[in-house]
Amino acid sequence: MTDISSSLTTADGRPLKAALAAAQARARRKAFLLVAPLLLFVVVTFILPIGQMLQRSVYHDGFSKAAPNLSQWFSANPEGTVPDEAAYAALVADLVQMKKDKTVGEAGTRINYTLPGTRSLFTSAARKSESLQPPYKEAMIALDAEWGKAELWGAMRSSASPWTSDFYLIATDRKRDSDGSVVMVPENQRIYIWLFAKTFILSGVITFVCLLLAFPIAHLLATLPMSKSNLLMILVLLPFWTSLLVRTTSWIVLLQGQGVVNNVLVSLGLIGDDGRIAMIYNQTGTIIVMTHILLPFMVLPLYSVMRTIKPSYARAARSLGATSWTTFRRIYLPQTLPGMGAGALLVFILAVGYYITPALVGGADGQLISNLIQFHMSKSNWSLAAALSGMLLVGVLLLYWLYDRLVGIDKLKLG
Amino acid sequence: MKKILALTTAMTVVAFAASAETTLTVMSWGGAYGEAQTEGHVKPFIAKTGINTVMTDADNPAPVIKSQVEAGNVTIDVASVEYADAIRLCDEGLLEPIDAAALPAGADGTPAADDFLPGAVTECGVSTDVWANVFAYDSSKFPEGPTTAADFFDLEKFPGKRGLRKGAKAVLELALMGDGVPAAEVYDLLSTPEGLDRAFAKLDTIKKDVIWWEAGAQAPQLLADGEVAMTTAYNGRIFAAAINEGKPFQIVWDGQIYENEMYVVPKGAPNKDTAMQFIQFATSTEGLRGQAQHISYGPSRKSAMKEELIFKDGKTVMAPHLPTSPDNMKNALLTSADFWVDHDAELNERFNAWLAAN
Amino acid sequence: MTTAARNDNFVVFDHVQKSYDGVSLVVKDLNLNIAKGEFLTMLGPSGSGKTTCLMMLAGFETATHGEIRLDGRNINLVPPHKRGIGMVFQNYALFPHMTVGENLAFPLEVRGMGKSEREAKIKRALDMVQMGSFINRRPAQLSGGQQQRIALARALVFDPALVLMDEPLGALDKQLREHMQFEIKHLHETLGITVVYVTHDQGEALTMSDRVAVFNDGKIQQLAPPADLYERPDNSFVAQFIGENNKLPGIIEELSGDKALVRLATGELIDATPVNVTQKGQKTLVSIRPERVEFKPEMMPAGAHTIDATVLEVIYMGDILRVVLRVAGSDDFVMKMRNTLGQTKLSPGQHINVGWHPQDARALDPM
Repeated sequence: MTDISSSLTTADGRPLKAALAAAQARARRKAFLLVAPLLLFVVVTFILPIGQMLQRSVYHDGFSKAAPNLSQWFSANPEGTVPDEAAYAALVADLVQMKKDKTVGEAGTRINYTLPGTRSLFTSAARKSESLQPPYKEAMIALDAEWGKAELWGAMRSSASPWTSDFYLIATDRKRDSDGSVVMVPENQRIYIWLFAKTFILSGVITFVCLLLAFPIAHLLATLPMSKSNLLMILVLLPFWTSLLVRTTSWIVLLQGQGVVNNVLVSLGLIGDDGRIAMIYNQTGTIIVMTHILLPFMVLPLYSVMRTIKPSYARAARSLGATSWTTFRRIYLPQTLPGMGAGALLVFILAVGYYITPALVGGADGQLISNLIQFHMSKSNWSLAAALSGMLLVGVLLLYWLYDRLVGIDKLKLG
Repeated sequence: MKKILALTTAMTVVAFAASAETTLTVMSWGGAYGEAQTEGHVKPFIAKTGINTVMTDADNPAPVIKSQVEAGNVTIDVASVEYADAIRLCDEGLLEPIDAAALPAGADGTPAADDFLPGAVTECGVSTDVWANVFAYDSSKFPEGPTTAADFFDLEKFPGKRGLRKGAKAVLELALMGDGVPAAEVYDLLSTPEGLDRAFAKLDTIKKDVIWWEAGAQAPQLLADGEVAMTTAYNGRIFAAAINEGKPFQIVWDGQIYENEMYVVPKGAPNKDTAMQFIQFATSTEGLRGQAQHISYGPSRKSAMKEELIFKDGKTVMAPHLPTSPDNMKNALLTSADFWVDHDAELNERFNAWLAAN
Repeated sequence: MTTAARNDNFVVFDHVQKSYDGVSLVVKDLNLNIAKGEFLTMLGPSGSGKTTCLMMLAGFETATHGEIRLDGRNINLVPPHKRGIGMVFQNYALFPHMTVGENLAFPLEVRGMGKSEREAKIKRALDMVQMGSFINRRPAQLSGGQQQRIALARALVFDPALVLMDEPLGALDKQLREHMQFEIKHLHETLGITVVYVTHDQGEALTMSDRVAVFNDGKIQQLAPPADLYERPDNSFVAQFIGENNKLPGIIEELSGDKALVRLATGELIDATPVNVTQKGQKTLVSIRPERVEFKPEMMPAGAHTIDATVLEVIYMGDILRVVLRVAGSDDFVMKMRNTLGQTKLSPGQHINVGWHPQDARALDPM
């Protein structure tokens, strides 16, 4: 094969392959120029920020940059060395410099992430650092007994390098013990793994409910005549056109204890005034409201797939002897799979990232992993927020991979 | 035609020159609060100095400052941030220091240093007002309403659901004060494991009856809908519901947890000097009174409370509604920014774990 | 077809009517008997009701009135999957998510057939359409003709006595279509099945069918073997719908037995065979096939009336010459001449006399 093709030449004697490549290169360059703006847009608005986020989750130079002397001491002395006078001298020298450069807040914050409650230790020590006299070890411990604790020195050691796994440890409910070994945090503080699981399970439930509701709606839309289906489509899309908060608030008005639904039930005598059903400020509320908000994302891909399934398939199946149930199960349902997959993936990924709605209507159950990401964002702990987001991203990608293995990504039809 | 062209060109040039001169950008929280600062600070400042000043909104200006300063692209000159953020951002070197000596004396001649309430002036920020976490009830339901923080946790005497903000901050403090801890000892106790356990144990007693709210607007709404018998809230929200909408809401000031709200200048602000000028004006007795006429957050200068403050409706006397009036300060706790900066992540984790455990 | 009495009524449409909207009838009082083993084609323009009839027979539409019987049994209320009728669809309707083998297994699986029996039947059916090696392909990997064969095999694999085909060759190119016509006809003959075939292609209907039912306006216009249909159309619609046809409007001048004399609008008299005209003075449309028009006196019967014609155009078509004439004031009268050695050459502008055997000119309803 190769022999023949390489020996082929164009009329003017150029090798055919080279001529072909030259002819196609022009077209390729044009095509690339056409997509270049989009490519640039994606890189600037998507890939760079995500890369930066992931970098933040393993990189924090707040302490390492501000404490060069200590960093030097840590690299000179192996882990487990009891801090000597030289270490304390380095610490004091760094504190003095930190005060001058106004970096003590950031440095203390970095240690505080690993060992909570230590930030003020640094800020107050820095304030007094200039008046400290050797021997520094005694002086520091006299300032606050905390300065003598191995745990604090362990935290400083692990923060002395800007590259750290600390944030992923925290994000998985773990911490470094004073001897450097990784242990689980006390039980009353374990929250992230539990929240990850809860977020994924809840999103799964919402996805499933959306699928159950969207399937008949999409089928109706796909089979009704255009004029009627357009009207129905508007009803489906209506939630899209209302602000998120308005929708959420309307659900609160409907579902709360003194809300419309309960009032109707009470006035009909179906439930007693003291037996009002709790439909909001709990898991049920989260599921109802999220399902409502995300339903269009399930309906649309399903609809676009169902629209293309010709009624002749069902007729063929019936003529071949299948009952209507068999026809649905073996002929119709498998053909909607690409739509179901796309819708489920969309709804699931969106559900995983929602936090305002569950926070407003979920009550004590409304805390999901995204709420904590938002919390840490607002408290400037971007590294932990990034670590949590990174884990969320991995979780979603894992799911995507699983979907590809089970269903096949080529079977995805988004519209 | 040529004339018109020349004229418009000239006008454009003038307009450019004016805008190039100075446009001071102030960033606040929007809503009623942002409006109060626009009415109380921005408009009088423009009237007085002629400096073009614009107000922009953010959900929370603090992260905006952090990202702008870190990206080296600062567009805001003055921002309104929470006290803890003012401390934190200052420590991280993201704010310009304030020259406390340049702050004007009170209208009554009291030097600024004596006139401001304790903690109102920090290295990088000046307080514009004091707001409080309080709890409120519907006086039509409890005519002999709750009067102390302990009553909030008394389900027998005052049956009904309780609304609480979903978060550790201000909730743990209230729990300890509800358990009889004097305000002055709250943070010392919270810094110990025993104190924390005690706070969570107190919360355990009402956990089943709590409806947790998230957005500030939810609290008065829960109360209005009869979903809760009493709820914690930001005092300004309750004031707005009571005065603007005529709801029979009563605030219990016992055990209020108050906090300063600060004006700060981001590091590298484009108009730093004008920004300082704005802050000096806005935190003067006149500026603070201007804001307090539009929202029920207490002015942070004593001199601003000397004369009676009247709400913009022209009849409501503000004193009983302000966290800083002496009657309301009898058992009040100043939020410890240091404590929360040190412990917010840790306590939020514990709080959420507690919330999740049934 | 030996036990004629029973088998002639294998499929019966008995006064069947169908309306979709309750205002107009799509099928008007249809009566049709189809014999066992027959190849019957329903032919007609779109909207003529032929597909509706097929769908009623398959069970996808219900008759508004009347009865449909299959092998003596009223099937009006029998759901489609219990009718045991094989069906081939216009766009094949092969299940895209199944392989060829799975498509063929489907009707056997829903009948609860065992695996080995299934495999044997599938193999036989695929071999029948020469597609044995495609068993593991997906429909999307097949050409149109191959899909058509699979659809055919699938409709036959469960041995139905009756197979319905809804324009099955409509999407194929001409050559493939002609080849498949032959194959379907061949299968019909070897398997002895009854086929009801719907098409709007008259060529297809003529070449394949035992009998053709020409549909128009919800009614069967004529039900006859292909040759009768072509040569002896019952009415103007059939005459016009099947094959090429010259129309001459006129009035019956004389009527005697199987002979009629028609006076055209321009005054000429022509011979015709009366079909659905009953009395003198009646308006009529005389239909003559182009290949039956003669211009040589020796080819016409003695005493036949001839009529003046002007040659407008001679089109060379290989096997025939197509001559367009001006006859009785109209410019679209066509005469076909066999392209034989020594055939008279006609040229535009030439004046000739044309005529025909009276039985080739049929005096029909004036439409």
